[in-house]
Amino acid sequence: MVRYTFKRLLSLLLSLAVASLVIFAVIEVAPGDPASFMLGMNAQPETLAALRTELGLDTSKVARYLAWVGGMLTGDFGTSYTYRTPVIGMVADRLWVSLPLALYALALSTAVAFPAGIFAASRRGQAGDIGVMGATQLGVAIPNFWFAMMLVLIFAINLRWFAAGGFVGWDKGFWAGMHALTLPAIALALPQAAILARVMRSSLLDVLGEDFMRTARAKGLTERQALWRHGLRNALIPVLTIIGLQFSFLLAGSIIIEQVFYLPGLGRLVFQSISARDLIVVESVVMLLVFSVIVVNFLVDLAYAAVDPRLRSRS
Amino acid sequence: MRRNLILGGMLSALFVLAALISYVWTPYDHVALNIPNKLQTPNAVHLLGTDHFGRDILSMIMVGARTSIAVALVAVGIGMGLGIPLGLWAAARQGSWLDELIMRGNDLVFAFPSIVIAILITAIFGAGAINAIIAIGIFNIPVFARITRGAALSLWQREFILAARVAGKSAARISVEHILPNVTNLLIVQGTIQFSLGILAEAALSYVGLGAQPPTPSWGRMLADAQTLVSIAPHMALVPGFAIILTVLGLNLMGDGLRDYLDPRLRVVRA
Repeated sequence: MVRYTFKRLLSLLLSLAVASLVIFAVIEVAPGDPASFMLGMNAQPETLAALRTELGLDTSKVARYLAWVGGMLTGDFGTSYTYRTPVIGMVADRLWVSLPLALYALALSTAVAFPAGIFAASRRGQAGDIGVMGATQLGVAIPNFWFAMMLVLIFAINLRWFAAGGFVGWDKGFWAGMHALTLPAIALALPQAAILARVMRSSLLDVLGEDFMRTARAKGLTERQALWRHGLRNALIPVLTIIGLQFSFLLAGSIIIEQVFYLPGLGRLVFQSISARDLIVVESVVMLLVFSVIVVNFLVDLAYAAVDPRLRSRS
Repeated sequence: MRRNLILGGMLSALFVLAALISYVWTPYDHVALNIPNKLQTPNAVHLLGTDHFGRDILSMIMVGARTSIAVALVAVGIGMGLGIPLGLWAAARQGSWLDELIMRGNDLVFAFPSIVIAILITAIFGAGAINAIIAIGIFNIPVFARITRGAALSLWQREFILAARVAGKSAARISVEHILPNVTNLLIVQGTIQFSLGILAEAALSYVGLGAQPPTPSWGRMLADAQTLVSIAPHMALVPGFAIILTVLGLNLMGDGLRDYLDPRLRVVRA
């Protein structure tokens, strides 16, 4: 296990290094000089040069890359060109919206998908199974941002149970914050819940065909007891992997859902930064998203290997 | 489940047909503004109503189908064109540094969700339909590379491949002449799924302004336009939404149906 962890850790660091290089290179070739963008068309050459020095734009590409990566490692993500404030603070503020939203959606999707998947598997081929599977087909076909608009139309505009958009802020209290994130979280959770329910069902059906399930039935457990005591626990392993993978999709998906609800999350920060050519902010947010995907996948791999020793020997 | 295949095929064909017909005929000019006729609900003259500029929504949906299908199709093409050779190559050199490199590269691309790739591309080139194609296409590459490699690996253990090797065929020739034809079914099914995911991704990117730009009609942008008007003209949001749902549902059903239809194991059972 130690050897496996070490190997995966090496590969994790390598992935992060390559990802940071790719992101840096992409932003480097972006046209437009941030300094001249900030000062406008009529800037004096001396002011421009001074600003370029201040922003570190006149040093070599290698020096800038190392400064960027070195800064990130020590928690310094640089200074926003447009707001002149540290990027880390801006990102942290927005993360307090995007991260709870992703986690809320993950909780909702799991809470819906588990019972739905178990229900469908235990009634394989019957009307209940066909109904659930039909619903999941619809769930993956509905664009979540459109579903979000429909939720706004029904629950915010017509029923007035929720606000149509915006975020009250956590200082108004935990429940007020959660209330504001409820519709976005439901919209974000919909396709993930549909996928997860399918995985839960098929994983459970695989397990139900195993010999130990027949043994459990033979020793006198009812179908239901066998399912709950032996089936579910064994079916959970692939399901947990999918949940881990979904977290990164939720974080990225929140970028789009935030646009529907005008939520001040990472997504809005990125779009504002792109239009203001505040590339250091774009760079940092993209790196943060990619970092979270890579790290979550790494953790899922480790957890998987810890549970199932057979996986450690594989590549 | 032949029913899935037929129902899905019919739904998908409906939208492909709408897109094709839009090249020669639409009920109205999809860009013609007609402010006095704005925000009409569906009626006999405008079957699906009009938008806030008085444009005919049915005409826009037909032309928008063109954008969705073109973007998703080219994106699948990019994914297959690069992913399948990479997957075949990795499988032919299983366990070597090349295999390792290709698979780790795939993992790396997977870490960039298509929305993130689109954001990066937009930061450089600005927004546009081409960027949406590239962003979705890049994300498709590892999908096809993985599925091709996985299927090819088990084929390499088979005796008919051994026979081909004994006959003196090179790994590249075996990959093309024996492995590829045997994974085609799998790739067609995956292609259908990626096609439907591409349509969803294109809609999402256009919705946030990273995809097709005006005046190119796109279902995602129609939804973006509809958002502020959703309380007074819900049909503006409902119609493009249903267009996306029905197309994606059709493609997914067709994918499921194709998998059952093409799966050789099921065919044996039937015979």
